[in-house]
Amino acid sequence: MNSTIYDLLGLASAVCFILALKGLSTPKTARRGNLIGAGGATLATIIVFFAPQASGEKHHNTLLILAAIAFGVLVGVPAARKIQMTQMPQLVALFNGVGGGAAALVATVEYLNLSQDGKPSTANLIATVFTVIVGCTSFSGSVITFLKLQELMTTRPVVFPAGRFVIAATLAGTLGTAGWVIKSGGNTPLLVMGGLALLFGVLFVLPVGGADVPIVISLLNAFTGLTVAASGYVLQSTLLIVAGTLVGASGTILTRLMAAAMGRSLFGTLFGAFTAKPQEASGSTEVRSVKSGSADDVAILLNYAQRVVIVPGFGLAVAQAQHTVRELADILTAKGVDVAYGIHPVAGRMPGHMNVLLAEANVPYEQLVEMEEVNPTFPQTDVVLVVGANDVVNPAAKTTPGCPIYGMPILDVAEAGNVIFLKRSMRPGFAGIENELLYDPKTTLLFGDAKDSLTKVVNALKAL
Amino acid sequence: MTTASTVAAMAPMAVLTIFLLAIFVGFEVVSKVSTTLHTPLMSGANAIHGIILVGAIIVADKATSGLETTLSIVAVVLATINMVGGFVVTDRMLEMFKGKPKVKKEEVAK
Repeated sequence: MNSTIYDLLGLASAVCFILALKGLSTPKTARRGNLIGAGGATLATIIVFFAPQASGEKHHNTLLILAAIAFGVLVGVPAARKIQMTQMPQLVALFNGVGGGAAALVATVEYLNLSQDGKPSTANLIATVFTVIVGCTSFSGSVITFLKLQELMTTRPVVFPAGRFVIAATLAGTLGTAGWVIKSGGNTPLLVMGGLALLFGVLFVLPVGGADVPIVISLLNAFTGLTVAASGYVLQSTLLIVAGTLVGASGTILTRLMAAAMGRSLFGTLFGAFTAKPQEASGSTEVRSVKSGSADDVAILLNYAQRVVIVPGFGLAVAQAQHTVRELADILTAKGVDVAYGIHPVAGRMPGHMNVLLAEANVPYEQLVEMEEVNPTFPQTDVVLVVGANDVVNPAAKTTPGCPIYGMPILDVAEAGNVIFLKRSMRPGFAGIENELLYDPKTTLLFGDAKDSLTKVVNALKAL
Repeated sequence: MTTASTVAAMAPMAVLTIFLLAIFVGFEVVSKVSTTLHTPLMSGANAIHGIILVGAIIVADKATSGLETTLSIVAVVLATINMVGGFVVTDRMLEMFKGKPKVKKEEVAK
């Protein structure tokens, strides 16, 4: 292919990525934006097979490459199609991780190439080393976030004695070997460096509490973008530089926006676990009394309310109770009760996750009220129905300095007349903190699976 | 844009310019996104860095030794999963916002 045409097509796909990110920032154009991005990526993937070559260059491995792409599609598409919406954050984490891994591998191969061609330029070496380090960190860090979100390991911050020194030493070791690689070359230093970077990724994510994991995913996402940009520099590909930098920059902003939505400082998220004292396992042995009610009690409370705010949480999504909760809301609306959903910015696992889950159940968009708008209305609210949420209504965020969620804005449900918690058990939420509100006299608990409980309440309401 | 072997190296100034301008574009396009779209946006950006697939293909295309071929083919597989899976899962998320007549109203309210 003529190299001007090739460059122009590459530019076109870079423009597609800008349009994609732009489109994704507004609800109306989001889906189109994503399709434009996919189009740009497809275009770039096709034209690279027709890249202009220096005379004497030959294509290698073409069939193998096509087979590898086919295999990747066969793995990626079904995973993306079949995943439950509740598990989507960990899938995004995993995709991000494999992207980082791919970038690290590309840089490694390029490194082997560079050292064959004689003495490579320092700039190329630095870019390569950067890609390997950050790509490895992103890969192993993403795997840990996946394990945390999938609850295959504890969601609490993992803190060990002298943890911060171990992490600092690992980082220093990684950078030290990076210097070694740049100075003397060779494969052993690169292997050591990659290993240390993998270890650093693990250590870096372990101390992050479950509730803060989304912020870390977003940060690792931005990191992977930068590695792609660095690979672009080594491979002399403008497209990779532009696309990688776009993701790096927008990912950084997004990470800050997310942290702000959760009321967390980025620094506090990443290093908070070191400054805070390790939490004693909550659950002092004293047994405190809670008021638990039956579905009928709850139905009566709801029936005679003027205004009800439903606070959905991740538990609702796990129980697949979105449709039942909407049925309940419809019945109450028909009875003349004013119903709204109070959506915490990080309800679910990630900012905006709950909106996706409720949209899946066709909940009318105008009933979804964001935190800043719903909070002032709680004093006029008769009943708040908390379905499978905990941390986002936990007053400890305001009252207990030093607890992992301290400083996070919460839904002030305690201001309402009555609070009903639908919970599976007294188990604390994802962040692992006891909720004082459960022991409040105006709180009623209805134990059980969210969907079963809601169905019972719906039936009781119909009978009234 | 050529492969590295065609040593027509890009001028460092040009690379720096592209890099800086892309940073500003990246900042600019997402600076006003609503919390509702944080998750899809993250997922979409995640899919875009799957473009490392292009880099993986470039190195695989040049690979001659067994080690290089193996590593670069694994990179192709991983990058494809990242890219294709990322776009598909983002589309699935956004599909749910589709056809809600009130989406427009929400957007105006922002």
